[in-house]
Amino acid sequence: MSDSNIHSSARAPDEIFEAARLTGDATLEDLESIRRRTSVYVYEAPVRLWHWVNALAITVLCVTGFLIGSPLPSMQIDEAYNQFVFGYIRFAHFAAAMILTVGFFGRIYWAFVGNHHAKQMFYIPIFNRRYWSELFFELRWYFFLEREPKKYVGHNPLAQIAMFFFMTLGLSFMLVTGWALYAEGAGQGSLPDTAMGWVLGIVQNSQRLHTLHHLGMWGIVVFMIIHIYAAIREDIMSRQSMVSTMISGHRTFKDDRVE
Amino acid sequence: MSNIETFYDVMRRQGITRRSFMKYCSLTAAALGLGPAFVPKIAEAMETKPRTPVIWLHGLECTCCSESFIRSAHPLAKDVVLSMISLDYDDTLMAAAGHAAEAAFEETIEKYRGNYILAVEGNPPLNEDGMFCITGGRPFVEKLRHAAEGAKAIISWGACASYGCVQAAAPNPTRATPVHKVITNKPIIKVPGCPPIAEVMTGVITYMLTFDRLPELDRQGRPAMFYSQRIHDKCYRRPHFDAGQFVENWDDENARKGYCLYKMGCKGPTTYNACSTVRWNEGVSFPIQSGHGCIGCSEDGFWDQGSFYDRLTNIKQFGIEANADKVGFAAAGAVGGAVAVHAAVSALRRAQKKNEEA
Repeated sequence: MSDSNIHSSARAPDEIFEAARLTGDATLEDLESIRRRTSVYVYEAPVRLWHWVNALAITVLCVTGFLIGSPLPSMQIDEAYNQFVFGYIRFAHFAAAMILTVGFFGRIYWAFVGNHHAKQMFYIPIFNRRYWSELFFELRWYFFLEREPKKYVGHNPLAQIAMFFFMTLGLSFMLVTGWALYAEGAGQGSLPDTAMGWVLGIVQNSQRLHTLHHLGMWGIVVFMIIHIYAAIREDIMSRQSMVSTMISGHRTFKDDRVE
Repeated sequence: MSNIETFYDVMRRQGITRRSFMKYCSLTAAALGLGPAFVPKIAEAMETKPRTPVIWLHGLECTCCSESFIRSAHPLAKDVVLSMISLDYDDTLMAAAGHAAEAAFEETIEKYRGNYILAVEGNPPLNEDGMFCITGGRPFVEKLRHAAEGAKAIISWGACASYGCVQAAAPNPTRATPVHKVITNKPIIKVPGCPPIAEVMTGVITYMLTFDRLPELDRQGRPAMFYSQRIHDKCYRRPHFDAGQFVENWDDENARKGYCLYKMGCKGPTTYNACSTVRWNEGVSFPIQSGHGCIGCSEDGFWDQGSFYDRLTNIKQFGIEANADKVGFAAAGAVGGAVAVHAAVSALRRAQKKNEEA
């Protein structure tokens, strides 16, 4: 088979996909379409695993973190020595934070050894002029000023900048401030204190550090709202798959137009 | 400095028996958290070392540090002032006044250049060339710089000297500035608190005299032996915190039971000090034991951390009554609303497009 006819079928559509035709719901148009539609393997298994573990950890962290700042009503289950409600809430927060930390470092490792899509979250191509014009295009799409979006294999330019600021920088900020707060309880000279105690030295007042960490949580919550909405909306309205891509790893496309 | 009597000489001259002296040494060792092996070391230091000259300056402050200091029980402040150090200048405690006092000040600086300890209570205001605080006819900042020049080390007494305290609270009209931001070329020990605990103050001095070196300092320059743990870490109400048993209102049943004051805005979890171990007034009590939350007086900028009675700090940049949760709820609400509107418009546009295509 020569290169020129690589995209054309050797057989007519009604001769192939026999199983699809058997059910009776596949039109000739459908058959032509599934012959041409292909997928790109974008998110490798470690990236997908990280995404869902990270999402779960962040959910636990937001709920427990909020409750640490504004505790549940005082409760009298038993004597204090036999009751550990606030202790368990804090334990869940710290445990989820440690999972998040390990996951984040694992994700950074995967940026080096994984495919090139795994690197996209960690940088913005600021010197690429085309990137900025494409970012502007995507913004116009979100402001209903473009009739049709473009196709993207990895993140679109707008998603890339959001991921960079909220996940790469945002999670880093939460990890640094969070571990600095944890170091206070772990005590001076402990490993967390040796690694992150300097943060309190810069911020000076622990109350201030708590407030910064708390504001960071709301930044992440705002990101979650936008992220989930955008993923579902793009799944419906864009030209490629979204939600299922983070489950299977494959990005599928809805049309074969070149732009 | 051979013309200065040793501590032991002074104590014996005051009629203190050797037995009492040794008792005093063991109490001091205990107060510093040192083992019994250090008792003879302290005794020897007291017997052989000449008393260290100290100049004690007062800048923009309320004298609560001095008030606290003179109530020290272990060691007694009288022992520190009369026997341990040679307090050559302290304008609120000394008998001399006016020109005589200023003469003593100059004489000490000249005579013991490089050997005296400068204790600073309060801080210098820098606006208007320091005119907001005048002592001895000069701006305090000049006096501070002059005294700091020949000092061996500087002790910053209290929140004023360490961090600025109330006079440095926003908007800080006089530009009151903590000592370490004015004097940058001398070792500075911060002993924050409003005021610091009396035994912490005398303990720091005793340590410096006994071992002839600065105590181990933490990252913020505070003596680690008193400021390395939070009030919360050693609070006797901590079990109620872990249990989730909180005081919800002043004078509710939980307050009477002595539950945790976290929800009442207690700053114990964010405050480094020795209140929950050393306590106050000869170990009688401390704020939390008396039923009131810690206000965090030994922390940097504690006046600017919102109300003493709120767990979450109000953030003035976002409005007078906003805290992190209110800001966050507002932001999340606004974004959530925007998302809902955007979703509705998206659906409409999509329907419109389908109609056009149909």
